[in-house]
Amino acid sequence: MTQHLTLEDYRIQASERRLTALYSRNARAVIARGLLATRSSNWMIMVSGFFEPVLYLLSMGVGLGALVGTVAGPDGQEISYAAYIAPALLAVSAMNGAVYDSTWNVFFKMNFAKLYQGMLYTSLGPLDVAIGEIFLALLRGALYATGFTAVMGLMGLLTTPVALLMIPAAVVVAFGFASFGMGITSFMKTFQQMEWVNFVMLPMFLFSATFYPLSVYPQGIQWFIQALPLWHGVELLRQISVASFSTATLIHLAYFLVMIVVGMLLTTLRLRKLFLK
Amino acid sequence: MISAQDLSKHYGEFKAVDAISFDVPAGESFGLLGPNGAGKSTTMRMIGGVSQRTSGALTIMGLDPEEHGPEVRAHLGVVPQQDNLDEELRVRDNLLVYGRYFGLPMSYLKPKADELLEFAQLTDKASAKVDALSGGMKRRLTIARSLINEPKILLLDEPTTGLDPQARHILWDRLFRLKESGVTLILTTHYMDEAEQLCDRLVVVDKGRIMAEGSPAQLIREHSTREVLELRFGSERNTTVAGELHGIGDRLEPLPDRILIYAHDAEAALDEVVARGLRPITSLVRRSSLEDVFLRLTGRSLID
Repeated sequence: MTQHLTLEDYRIQASERRLTALYSRNARAVIARGLLATRSSNWMIMVSGFFEPVLYLLSMGVGLGALVGTVAGPDGQEISYAAYIAPALLAVSAMNGAVYDSTWNVFFKMNFAKLYQGMLYTSLGPLDVAIGEIFLALLRGALYATGFTAVMGLMGLLTTPVALLMIPAAVVVAFGFASFGMGITSFMKTFQQMEWVNFVMLPMFLFSATFYPLSVYPQGIQWFIQALPLWHGVELLRQISVASFSTATLIHLAYFLVMIVVGMLLTTLRLRKLFLK
Repeated sequence: MISAQDLSKHYGEFKAVDAISFDVPAGESFGLLGPNGAGKSTTMRMIGGVSQRTSGALTIMGLDPEEHGPEVRAHLGVVPQQDNLDEELRVRDNLLVYGRYFGLPMSYLKPKADELLEFAQLTDKASAKVDALSGGMKRRLTIARSLINEPKILLLDEPTTGLDPQARHILWDRLFRLKESGVTLILTTHYMDEAEQLCDRLVVVDKGRIMAEGSPAQLIREHSTREVLELRFGSERNTTVAGELHGIGDRLEPLPDRILIYAHDAEAALDEVVARGLRPITSLVRRSSLEDVFLRLTGRSLID
């Protein structure tokens, strides 16, 4: 500002990179902003998100579990009811956190806090913002998963060190939901439409073999549940928790890898609709 | 530096911006003047590359902002109509984090942030929360933030709307200094005095179209007289009296609340009004302004 600008200063070079209109390889600035904002104001929300699955585990696992006794685990062995539902609750919390961050949170920052409006007037492209936000959602998911797994350990629900793999697996589940959730948010215009997200999530939480085995349903409903992502998340984590692996484990994992790829593609294609109007 | 050819933006049937063309050379202070809804902000958003045009061509420093958004915006500073400061961050952090969005290093940003806080007279508010700032302070912080990357082009959308007179003058002073250092300013406003103070050249926009173009003095000269006489006879009588004023001055503009008489010498016009035995409740002699230009061009006033 001290030196007077000359015509020479007004020459800029165009980059030949692909996606240059959407991406400037600076998602870390979005991540740094998120961490700073969390540190200075959002940490209460973070804490409450951690306690939710823990409270479910205590009430359902310990309380209801006293009535239920033991149930058959993925490998046929009898396990306590708490040990049965704990991995499922972990999958649910991965889903909830990821979906909340990629839908409601993005919707709010977009339309009300006008945060992205400011970001997108800088060198950042919409893909930087999307990657940064998804990374933050996953980081939060990883923290929750670690905390929840620690609680499981304290309650004596961890029987094998393999169960620690639930933490990265929960992040994969969260990634699937977050990438998809952001793509879906690009279609949302009003709060009423956003309510549909909750309308889908709650039944999925209750009926995806979270609290009882899939076999209670008639065949047709079983197929329907098996098509939904949460069921794959629940089964994946449940199998890891007792180190009982089969080809089904790979199928569950593959389901999420496909979901991540499709979700990221959708989000990228919809970025202009999501952020630039 | 900025070149727009038949630039249009349609929302369905509605033409927010309708085939406007203009060129802004480096270092100029260029204004878009018009009422709310004229298409000024939409034009600004297209220049920033955050809104896709429906048709036409637009280049900023030779690049299309839609194709090269991040590169173009690296040299742009933007002050949006509504402050969109990061309420979750403190004042100084707002500047630092914003600078990071441009990929600028902390070693550059720290002294720069302090310099800009000084510039915006917010040094003692550095660690305050954003929502504790007054409207004027927020506006100054938004402007300071837009300068973090030392932009060559500064886009200001209604920079002083909602500010008290003192705060406006402080802002104008800051903007004037930037202009002196060679920064290209593009500003939208519906305040005449602001346009007259800050713009080398401006276009008058209405309903998405350019109505006139030129320097403020030029526009006034072409579309208005040197002086204006404003007369009020009370809302009942304004229209009836208008007939009796015929022939005084160059032109007569009866408005619901007052009558404007355009004349080279408004004092002389007032004398003639009185000589005809008419007694206005109030009379005001003033220089012609851009407001009059706008009224002449569109038949409507700028602030409704």
